Amino acid sequence: MRLGKINPKKLWVPGATFVVLALLATLPLYASTYSVILLTSILMFVILALSWALFSAPTGYISLAPAAFFGVGIYTSAILGKQLPFPLVVSLGGLISFCLALLVGALTLRLRGIYFAMFTFGLVELIKHFWLWYEIQFTGTRGRFVVVVPHNTIYLAMFAVFVLLLLTTYLVRRSRLGLALRSIGECEEAAAHIGVNVNALKTVMFAVSAIFMGAAGSIIATRWTYVDPYIAFNPLYSFMAVLMALFGGLGHPYGPILGAAIFAYLEELLITRFPYYYMLIFGVVLIITVLYLPEGLIGLIGKIWRRVRGGHYAAA
Amino acid sequence: MKILLEVLITGLLMGGLYALISVGLSLQYGVARILNISHGEFIMLGGMTTWALYTALHISPLLALAICGPLALGLGYLIHRTLFKRLLDRAPSFAVFEGNSMLAAFGLMFILQNIALIAWGAEIRGYSYLSIPVHFLGTLFGANRLLTFGIALAIGLAFYLFLNLTRTGKAIRAAAQDPATAGLMGVNINNVLALCFGLGAAMASVAGVLISMCYPVHASMGLEYTVIAIIVVVLGGLGSIPGSFLGGFILGLVGSIVTFLEPGLALVAYYIIFIVLLLIRPTGLLGR
Repeated sequence: MRLGKINPKKLWVPGATFVVLALLATLPLYASTYSVILLTSILMFVILALSWALFSAPTGYISLAPAAFFGVGIYTSAILGKQLPFPLVVSLGGLISFCLALLVGALTLRLRGIYFAMFTFGLVELIKHFWLWYEIQFTGTRGRFVVVVPHNTIYLAMFAVFVLLLLTTYLVRRSRLGLALRSIGECEEAAAHIGVNVNALKTVMFAVSAIFMGAAGSIIATRWTYVDPYIAFNPLYSFMAVLMALFGGLGHPYGPILGAAIFAYLEELLITRFPYYYMLIFGVVLIITVLYLPEGLIGLIGKIWRRVRGGHYAAA
Repeated sequence: MKILLEVLITGLLMGGLYALISVGLSLQYGVARILNISHGEFIMLGGMTTWALYTALHISPLLALAICGPLALGLGYLIHRTLFKRLLDRAPSFAVFEGNSMLAAFGLMFILQNIALIAWGAEIRGYSYLSIPVHFLGTLFGANRLLTFGIALAIGLAFYLFLNLTRTGKAIRAAAQDPATAGLMGVNINNVLALCFGLGAAMASVAGVLISMCYPVHASMGLEYTVIAIIVVVLGGLGSIPGSFLGGFILGLVGSIVTFLEPGLALVAYYIIFIVLLLIRPTGLLGR
């Protein structure tokens, strides 16, 4: 949709994307372990933000549930990681999240606006406290150890999930499905009138977006090695996904990617030494974004680009 | 029988605090249309300020009530005039404003919480005030609990009377029903909305002072109280003041009964009530 406005020559963006993806895919061959680990975290946040945007950007429903699906993925890995091979565990993490999201979506997507946001927020906390009670009551421990997987494998798995998500986002945007989703965001009643099966579509897309969150969770759990319900179902991951996506901009898939990459890198720089300042910056940027950047960073870049190009044409 | 009575009274005492926390949020959402996720941070600021004043300067928590309330009122008023009013002016519809203001409140939450963490650190703080056991209906309760309950009820009642008997209260109620029409009738709508947000913040910080008299406080305690306030407000009905009190007492009772039966499940019970309620009756018990 915005693609045409941002790039003047249509092949730039796909070409650059391809080069970047190729560089990322071969990263373990030439980069240091530190860069591989850093890019794993960046990709994790990119997946969270982009999969959030997959459902929430076109429909306008603010979901605060990413942490729930992310946590489900983490626990899939913690419980099944020792018995099953890694790729199967990651797929199961996605699948279980998908099923949970299907159930939750079918129950709750009738709720509009603020009520949906509150519900999804409550969901994360409900799962967290219920699971904590269950673990202490029936397994007798608070946390679990997760099987360790080599850094390069973790990275490549994360990258594969990212590529799948990018492909899904692209296909959905290009298809009638994406159009139908956008029509829900513009006006739900009108969408229903022109024959969009509103509830089924919302539920399915909500569940599809949960697959990637779950998969990302089950991958990253193997790096954390120890998890408990407070770590796995931390509502912060929901807030971060939302903020990173909004900061980057929802008009184009590259928006959430850009926003997540910037914040994930900032986190890496600041979180260990100045954790409070990092979160403070987080809050300030969120408010600035809501106030002054309704279209996010990508919207701003588009605006500047158009102005620069416009000036060029005027001079010529 | 005695245990049952004790559980019920504990629940009611807790419910009084819950009600006070929720009245502020209900006011902010019901009139100013802001789902203020940063509500709990004002509670935290009230509690932490009281702790700081008590330990550093030996200022009584009762005096801290009179300091924190007006300060939070001013802060909330300013935040609404600078931040939320701008969002309101730009938003094409109420739905967009509700979404944006909730996100801005998230930002505010991060800012307030982390300023407190930088200023006071992450340690759990507490002080002892009036923790003398008192015989009440055959069981023992701390004097501080009874006092906070009394103050919470008195503030709630005073606020109810303020809404129903004064001119400003009438303006607030008019703005809650229809801001545009209220503006046409001569209500200074920007002033009223900012006042509502400020009053909500003031009630939160007063509740924070009361909480610090009974329980330990820390800089990241805000979110859990925000969540309780949201549950109570949804239970009682968004925007209904009596509903907040009813919801607060119900939640307090449920909390103490479940804690008595199975301590680990109290929070789970809150969320189950919340989720079932959103599905069956999102307008709440006394909502419009």
